[in-house]
Amino acid sequence: MSENTTRLVVGPFNRVEGDLEVRLDIADGAVRAAYVSSPLFRGFERILEGRDPRDALVIAPRICGICSVSQSHAAALALAELQGLAPTRNGRRATNLMVATENVADHLTHFHVFFMPDFARAAYAGRPWFGAVERGFKAARGHSVTRALATRASLLHVMGLLAGRWPHTLALQPGGVSRSADPRDQMRLLATLSAARAALEEHLFAGPLEEVEALSSVAELEAWAHGRGGDFALFLAIAADLGLDRLGRAYDRFLSYGAYPGDEGRLYRAGTFADGRPGPLQVEAITEDHSFARMEGREAPHAPFEGSTFPDAADETGYTWCKAPRLAGLPFETGALARQVVDGHPLARDLVAREGASVRARVVGRLLETARTLRVMAAWVRELEPAAPWCAQGELPAAGRAFGLTEAARGALGHWLVVEKGRIARYQIIAPTTWNFSPRDAAGVPGPLEAALVGAPVALGETTPVSVQHIVRAFDPCMVCTVH
Amino acid sequence: MSAPFHILWLQSGGCGGCTMSLLCAEAPDLATTLAGAGIRILWHPTLSEETGAEAVALFARILAGEIPLDALCVEGALLRGPNGTGRFHILAGTDRPMLEWVRELAAVARHVVAVGTCAAYGGVTAAGVNPADACGLQYDGRRRGGALGVEFRARGGLPVVNVAGCPTHPNWVTETLMLLSAGLLAEPDLDVYGRPRFYADYLVHHGCPRNEYYEYKASAEKMSDLGCMMEHLGCLGTQAHADCNTRLWNGEGSCTRGGYACINCTAPEFEEPGHAFLDTPKIGGIPVGLPTDMPKAWFIALSSLAKAATPERLRRNATSDRVLTPPMVRDIKKR
Repeated sequence: MSENTTRLVVGPFNRVEGDLEVRLDIADGAVRAAYVSSPLFRGFERILEGRDPRDALVIAPRICGICSVSQSHAAALALAELQGLAPTRNGRRATNLMVATENVADHLTHFHVFFMPDFARAAYAGRPWFGAVERGFKAARGHSVTRALATRASLLHVMGLLAGRWPHTLALQPGGVSRSADPRDQMRLLATLSAARAALEEHLFAGPLEEVEALSSVAELEAWAHGRGGDFALFLAIAADLGLDRLGRAYDRFLSYGAYPGDEGRLYRAGTFADGRPGPLQVEAITEDHSFARMEGREAPHAPFEGSTFPDAADETGYTWCKAPRLAGLPFETGALARQVVDGHPLARDLVAREGASVRARVVGRLLETARTLRVMAAWVRELEPAAPWCAQGELPAAGRAFGLTEAARGALGHWLVVEKGRIARYQIIAPTTWNFSPRDAAGVPGPLEAALVGAPVALGETTPVSVQHIVRAFDPCMVCTVH
Repeated sequence: MSAPFHILWLQSGGCGGCTMSLLCAEAPDLATTLAGAGIRILWHPTLSEETGAEAVALFARILAGEIPLDALCVEGALLRGPNGTGRFHILAGTDRPMLEWVRELAAVARHVVAVGTCAAYGGVTAAGVNPADACGLQYDGRRRGGALGVEFRARGGLPVVNVAGCPTHPNWVTETLMLLSAGLLAEPDLDVYGRPRFYADYLVHHGCPRNEYYEYKASAEKMSDLGCMMEHLGCLGTQAHADCNTRLWNGEGSCTRGGYACINCTAPEFEEPGHAFLDTPKIGGIPVGLPTDMPKAWFIALSSLAKAATPERLRRNATSDRVLTPPMVRDIKKR
């Protein structure tokens, strides 16, 4: 640290899921270096070891109360792969509905409860939009916050009906789902989904979902939002005023495992997008580096099938319990924006071509995806076939290995499972925020958030710089998943 | 109007799922429910504006007695590892273990509420080899003790109130807080594991739509079957203390309505049943875990009688994923 560098430790960093601490080196009114720490270790991978493999469906969802269905899905996929079992079509569709419900609910929670309240802080009292944002988004009590929570609670009736409850369901099984749906259930699901759609079209988008989905460039987005009501347009006005399109850029390397499998491929394609080009997903190129995690096994990066989780509390170089995942040795960013960019949505591609993965782009990516996903969910309900089978049966082998990859709200989630003598011998999890909030690796390369924070402006006397809060929360981190 | 009932909510070794569930409160929603009862959240990790130094300053004022703390709500297990230091969970920005923060804040709180099975007893975070040495606020599994110790009483006189569940139903939490704030929750209102009896005096079996299958021992054999899940699929609904099937979740749900076993998630040590969760352990073909207050011989006698009398309708439907044979309509011409 040079003489004019000061250090700031920010925490507890709330309105993110779980525990987060950010250490900042600040000089000349901007962040020079950032170190991201996950200060909570529970050890779920170790908890899973030695159990009956099917127990993963009970334990893994409880890693995270906000990504519970995604964790369950990854476990079910790994167990299905292990026994060479394909889910029934009904099972696949109902599973898509459940994963999509959680993802849309999480996007709503993020935008209204976690992210927007920062603009209602007193620090922004002089801005032209402040009155509107204070009424709508004052933490815990703004009318948009409470209304979005009501919409979310109502949307989660999809889970009550199909999965018994949310979070922590056992409805997602390797061969499909545990509960069938009849035509009456389909009508009830459609009623729930259309209510959610109506609420969002009125208050969030102030327009039909189709219009949002059809936006194909930043210019079209700005023209569409101009003079429009609704909270999405309010955010875009704030973003323009505060330059959120120039804040929080990381490496612009994106990863998606692909989401919502159908008869003809996935709704959102799998792959990567880096250096302005799409690329295939190479799962075998994924490793985890422990150099700056307080974990044993620092000598070399580990493929997840060979990975381990032995905390080393005496380690002084490690500054987090989070490992550093790398794809072909490089940090990648994952999440809704990554999913939409990898899938090739023209608005998402134009955003990253112009401004990279900025705070604005990450939030727009999430809302674009909310519109796209919610629109197709009703079609999936209609495709359910009540008289066809719901859950295929298989038999677990006594030994084998398999992985399950899915997309949680926050991005790419993978479970790698090794079974020996009928028991879980190894279980390794790489969660979306493990990618995004990764520490440095052996080469000293910072993780995506650490890179995104460099250059963030810090005003004199700020103890918890508001620019840092915008950047951190724009990722929608899930810290309980990160370390697990 | 009387002074608001102040709550402070902290999260430790858990998943945040009890908060996520709490936000599902409906009719009325969470904000309306709390406001109507005069309950004010001083700080909650998910909801509050204050972050970093602002939040720590608030904790300091509570500890200094400048702001009265009516209920400290803790979600997630308390982590004692590694080696008793508690450093598996440092409260970000403070370099102090959450375990210490919770002990200090519990000492000034009028009531201490464990939200969820992790905070109550350790829960899933304490499963297996318990890598983080997790425990509950006043229990370590079934044993009393835990992070605050056997003798702990909050200033208001109650031991830790254990709103157990994995996750908790939103209204278990709001109703507990409302009862505390109204002064209507006393020690006799808690059961042997410190759970509020308003929901723990019921069994998950009560109101289960599979009751008719249970009566005739028409059992599900595989996931997605409609039959009773006690005999083969690990269901503990007849022993699990909770009102899930009369209160319902997320609209019209419950675990057994969702087609899978009740795993007794409101109980201490539910995370270690000693067998796979979705299997029923049996001795000589008889499930080991029978209803707690029914003599075994009677259960066996009644079961074999019931099995012999099972209507064909239930026998068929029990192993199907939809109703194949509906209940018969009595001959309407005879009216």
